[in-house]
Amino acid sequence: MSKQCSQLPILSGLVVVFFSTILLAQDINTNLGKDLLPSEIDTYSITIFPDGTNLPLGQGTAVQGAALYKNSCSLCHGSNGIEGPAARLVGQDGWFSLTDPLRILRIKQHPVLLISVGGLWPHATTIFDYIRRAMPHHAPKSLDNSEVYALTAYLLYRNGLIDEQTTLDRQSILKVTMPARARSTFPRGSDFAIE
Amino acid sequence: MSKSSLKTAAGGGLLDRRSFLLSGLALSSAHAVASSQSSLGESLPQWMKTPGGNDLEYGLPASAERHVTRQLAKNTPETALFSMWHTPIENQRGIITPSGLHFSVNHNGVPNIVPEQHQLLLHGMVDKPLKFDIESLLRYPVVSHIRFIECAGNTAQNAVSLNPLNLGCQELFGQLSGAEWSGIPLKYLLNEAGVKPSAKWVIAEGADGGSHSRSIPLEKLMDDAILALYQNGERLRPSQGYPMRLLLPGWEGNTNVKWLHRLEVTDKPAYSKDESGLYSDILKNGKIQRFSFPMEVKSVITHPSGNQVLPERKGFYEISGLAWSGRGKIAKVEVSADGGKTWAQANLDSPVLAKSLTRFRIPWQWNGESTTLLSRATDEQGQIQPTRHQWRDKYASYSFNHYNAIQAWHISRDGTVENTYV
Repeated sequence: MSKQCSQLPILSGLVVVFFSTILLAQDINTNLGKDLLPSEIDTYSITIFPDGTNLPLGQGTAVQGAALYKNSCSLCHGSNGIEGPAARLVGQDGWFSLTDPLRILRIKQHPVLLISVGGLWPHATTIFDYIRRAMPHHAPKSLDNSEVYALTAYLLYRNGLIDEQTTLDRQSILKVTMPARARSTFPRGSDFAIE
Repeated sequence: MSKSSLKTAAGGGLLDRRSFLLSGLALSSAHAVASSQSSLGESLPQWMKTPGGNDLEYGLPASAERHVTRQLAKNTPETALFSMWHTPIENQRGIITPSGLHFSVNHNGVPNIVPEQHQLLLHGMVDKPLKFDIESLLRYPVVSHIRFIECAGNTAQNAVSLNPLNLGCQELFGQLSGAEWSGIPLKYLLNEAGVKPSAKWVIAEGADGGSHSRSIPLEKLMDDAILALYQNGERLRPSQGYPMRLLLPGWEGNTNVKWLHRLEVTDKPAYSKDESGLYSDILKNGKIQRFSFPMEVKSVITHPSGNQVLPERKGFYEISGLAWSGRGKIAKVEVSADGGKTWAQANLDSPVLAKSLTRFRIPWQWNGESTTLLSRATDEQGQIQPTRHQWRDKYASYSFNHYNAIQAWHISRDGTVENTYV
């Protein structure tokens, strides 16, 4: 009861709603949100955009990334990034080569291997973004920014998009052209083709 | 009622959907007369002769129904962290899925969120960045709508497998559920923050371990999106996004971000992990279609369906199923009981709601011969389900999202029902 009473003074917004049912829904004005401080935005604003917005400082190479990959990633993605069970990281999307003796088994056991990061993702920034927010699966957000650049470089190198010595950082990552970008198309009538 | 008095609607024994089914009403007039020596309970079952047990604080299904559960999809990455739980829709009647049976796809497990410490952050291209705690959000106007959610990958097996796999409704169609969702129209919160005129997108992010993220056109959030706090009259279950989720009516399940904690208003999409690969569609010409949000018109017969056995050869059965469209209401559902040669219109049960499951039913007099049952839905936009051949003609052979082709169940002479292609 005391909780209900304590809410009464701040129910004025709802009282307005009760007495304004003839108004359209859009006319409801609410004001219960609190100011979000710039420091709080900085803490949580982790989305990396294809134009480089929010890319942090740090750098790494594929050579450095190879060791990290072996320790933190290969258990789920396979030593070559194609074995699964987790998503295929290297090579084209689609059915595996007919010469792969495990092709049927792999597709049957792990259908997500039909799609591939190297084959489908249009922006290298997404690799950085996703490793940083979600990988490794058992300990997301545990890598530092240079480790994330190094792992991103390793995956780009394994896909033949940069060489092993290229230093990846917030500038050089924007120069990488993912082959899938040219394949992008958008549903008819949509206004979504914004790079 | 004799068979001859029922109106036939199409081949294979489909009856007119308006048929009255009276044949079961020939009541037996035989009754036993109790002798004067016997007690009333002698011929009654035990539960009519003893006091009942205690009820529970939170009710559970009958013990004889405990087998009706969600099932973890096979053939997905075998980690506890990436799980796909399928709804047993062949056990469902009506259009509401019980909350505990609602399907769930979790890419990084189900987080254990402390509600008092959870906030929704709203920032980016707004006049006033804001944060909302749950206590405040529970005081906003709450609207309720019955909506379906379907995973973009629902029925993927029939999209890519060259031969029809011997699977039932739960495995093939179980990434589909219907519920009443209650929450706050997102436009209230966006208007409170003041969206800048050049904004076009909102990046929605969850508070799970993987910080699941999707780019949503602002237009959708200002239209019919809600911040859902309740499902089927109670606060969200953890696997449905407790304490709050995005509900984008009609759009692929993955965009309905669970455990929502951040909305960043922008003028461009982020190309997050899921909109870059797993939830894109590869077309026949090799192009990769991105941001294909609405789930297109689709239907499935749930009664009878794959892996079931019709208990009696020949005789009356009611064909019943579900139809839905991410673009609005279902306009009609046609059913064929002769492999697609002839079709009859099924009855649509009320309520028929936009972006909701719709229940259809039609009576069927099976003649005992092997045949194939099909359902074909049309929505109010005039969109009609394609055949499997038509659908596959549009996409690469390994593309599996947004599969909405006409589903076929083969009925054998012994009553076995199996997934098939026509």
